[in-house]
Formats: sequence, C-alpha cells, structure tokens
Amino acid sequence: MARALIHMPATAKKGEVIEIRALIGHPMETGYRPGADGRVVPRDIIRKFVCRYNGEQVFGAELHQAISANPYIGFFTIATESGTLEFTWEGDNGFAQTEKMQLTVSAA
Amino acid sequence: MMRAALLMLVCAAAVADERRSGSEFMSASTRAMQRDDTLNPGMLWIGSGEAQWNAAAGKSGKSCASCHGDAARSMRGVAARFPAFDAASKTAVNLAQRINLCRERKQQAPALKLEGEELLGLEAYVTMQSRGMPVAPPQDAGTRAAAARGRQMYLQRIGQLNLSCAQCHDQHWGKRLAGSTIPQGHAAAYPIYRLEWQAMGSLQRRLRNCMSGVRAEIPPLGARELVDLEAWLAVRDKGMAMESPGVRP
Repeated sequence: MARALIHMPATAKKGEVIEIRALIGHPMETGYRPGADGRVVPRDIIRKFVCRYNGEQVFGAELHQAISANPYIGFFTIATESGTLEFTWEGDNGFAQTEKMQLTVSAA
Repeated sequence: MMRAALLMLVCAAAVADERRSGSEFMSASTRAMQRDDTLNPGMLWIGSGEAQWNAAAGKSGKSCASCHGDAARSMRGVAARFPAFDAASKTAVNLAQRINLCRERKQQAPALKLEGEELLGLEAYVTMQSRGMPVAPPQDAGTRAAAARGRQMYLQRIGQLNLSCAQCHDQHWGKRLAGSTIPQGHAAAYPIYRLEWQAMGSLQRRLRNCMSGVRAEIPPLGARELVDLEAWLAVRDKGMAMESPGVRP
C-alpha cells in the first residue's frame, strides 16, 4: 500500500514561484528498534527523493533514520514552461515509487 | 427580566466553553497539521479508504458504493451517530464493527482485522464525511444502556495506580502529566493520526493506551467494555464538532 499525495497548483504564470507538497506513506523503520520478539527490526527507510521538472532535477533530498514515518517534503520551484513534474522516492528493500503531475504555464 | 435572561445566556455560554477539544491543547504546528489536508498524514489512510469504498469485496461482488453510492452524501453524519445499538447482534457496536457487520452480512466478505490498516482506512474515510457536524449519539434504549455502563467505567478507579478516567480528564485537565498537558478526553477527532504512533489509530487504541498507563487490565480490541466507554464518550461529547482526521501529538 504505497500511497503518495502530492499537492501543487495545476496552472501557474511563467516566472511564478509555486509550492509543492509531497507526502508518502512509508514506515521509515530506523533499524535501531527492537521488535516484539526482542530482535532488532531491520532498517527500512526511504533514502532519496528527487523532483524532476521536464527531466531536469529541481529538488532533491537525502533521507536518514531520524526522519519520521510517512515523510512530508515541501519545497518551491519556479514555473518556467508547461510540462510534467516527476517525483521519485527510492529506498531500502528496492522501494521505488514514481508519481507524475502536470503543470500548465501561461505567459506572465 | 431582560438582565436575567442575558445573565442566563452568558452562563450557558460559559458552561458550553468548558468543553474544549484536545486540539486546543496542542502546539500551533500540530494544529496546522490537522487543519490543512495537504499536511495531514491521515489523508493517506483516507485515500486508501476511498479506494476500498469503491472496490468490490466478498462473494456478493459488491462494493460499499454499490449500495451506499457516494459516501460524501450517504455517509454524511453517520459517524457522528456511533456507537449505536445493533438489534441483530443485540449489542452496541462502534463504527469499525458496523463496517465489519456490513462486510459479513451484505458483502459476504470476511471481517477486516480490528485496528488493521484496511479497517482504519475505511473508518477514517467514513468518519471524515461527518467533519464539522455535531456529535449526535442515538437515543434508543440499547445505546443509552451502553453509555450508562460506559459512564460507570469512566468513574471507576482502575489499575495499580487506582485512577479513574474522570480523575484526570474531568478534575485535572489542563495540568501536566510528565511533559504533556492532560486534555479533557473528548473523542470527536477519532480515528486520529497520532505523531507518537506515527500512524492512524482508533479510539479503542487510545483507550487501551490509557488503561495500560494506569496499569489496569486491558480489554481486547472490540470488547464490550471499550464500546461502552466509547458510547459514554459520545454522550459526553454531544454537540461537539467532529474533527476526523484529527492529528494528536
């Protein structure tokens, strides 16, 4: 049940700064916690988040153990041209999820 | 005469003001997280709850939507009226149990695991449709009897710490218990995304937490005692606004 929610405007004016909010469901298991049986639960975290705007990376983040479950990442970018924003989360145990959102940019 | 009426109005307002949702005891950032659906992690569960609402299940091949249609219309106000007495099973049931009854009786599907992700998702999705509506516990004899038993439990000292719910949540709310402020114990925001759990959880999970906190014997999920307590809390919260999906620290 990998679930992701992305909130951003569908349209923007050229040169406008837009806010993007990305929330994904993930346990972010630290690898430090003992489970019910007393054994340490193996680490299972998202390692990397990247946002590409028409193929060009506009935002990236490295995630570590201290980040909570269901990480929320908010950031800004400048609307330059109409196209696709691609969001990619990668992590342990081959975790990979990609979401795409369309942005229509009108002349300023 | 006019003055007396005015005074009574002021008094009534003051009494109403006594009840404060747990969200009023939270930090500004946690409140903002609850208020804004784009920040509220509970929306992840609601997203999967909505998918399940529309997915066929069981031998009937029916989804929730096949009978109930658009949840935004058909489920509006429903969660505000739970727990409720179920005549067929002759007991009061909470919303999660009601969903499972519908699965077993109508969809002919196995009941979902209590406190499991799937049931929490459906419960949260249905509950969200009542957001902003007043809590309105049913007035039938069965539900009232459950609430009366729940009230008894609420006032009963339990556990090695020998504390009742009322001692903290009626008599000492607003004071500190270790690092956290004791809220009034209103339940209109459940199921909640609790930061400590890093997940969605039901009112029963929270009640069991509290019972473990006072070192009392903890009833299993779905036990009648817990549903009775829920029924009493609904009476206690009558008229307060439904908040789900709430966020709590």
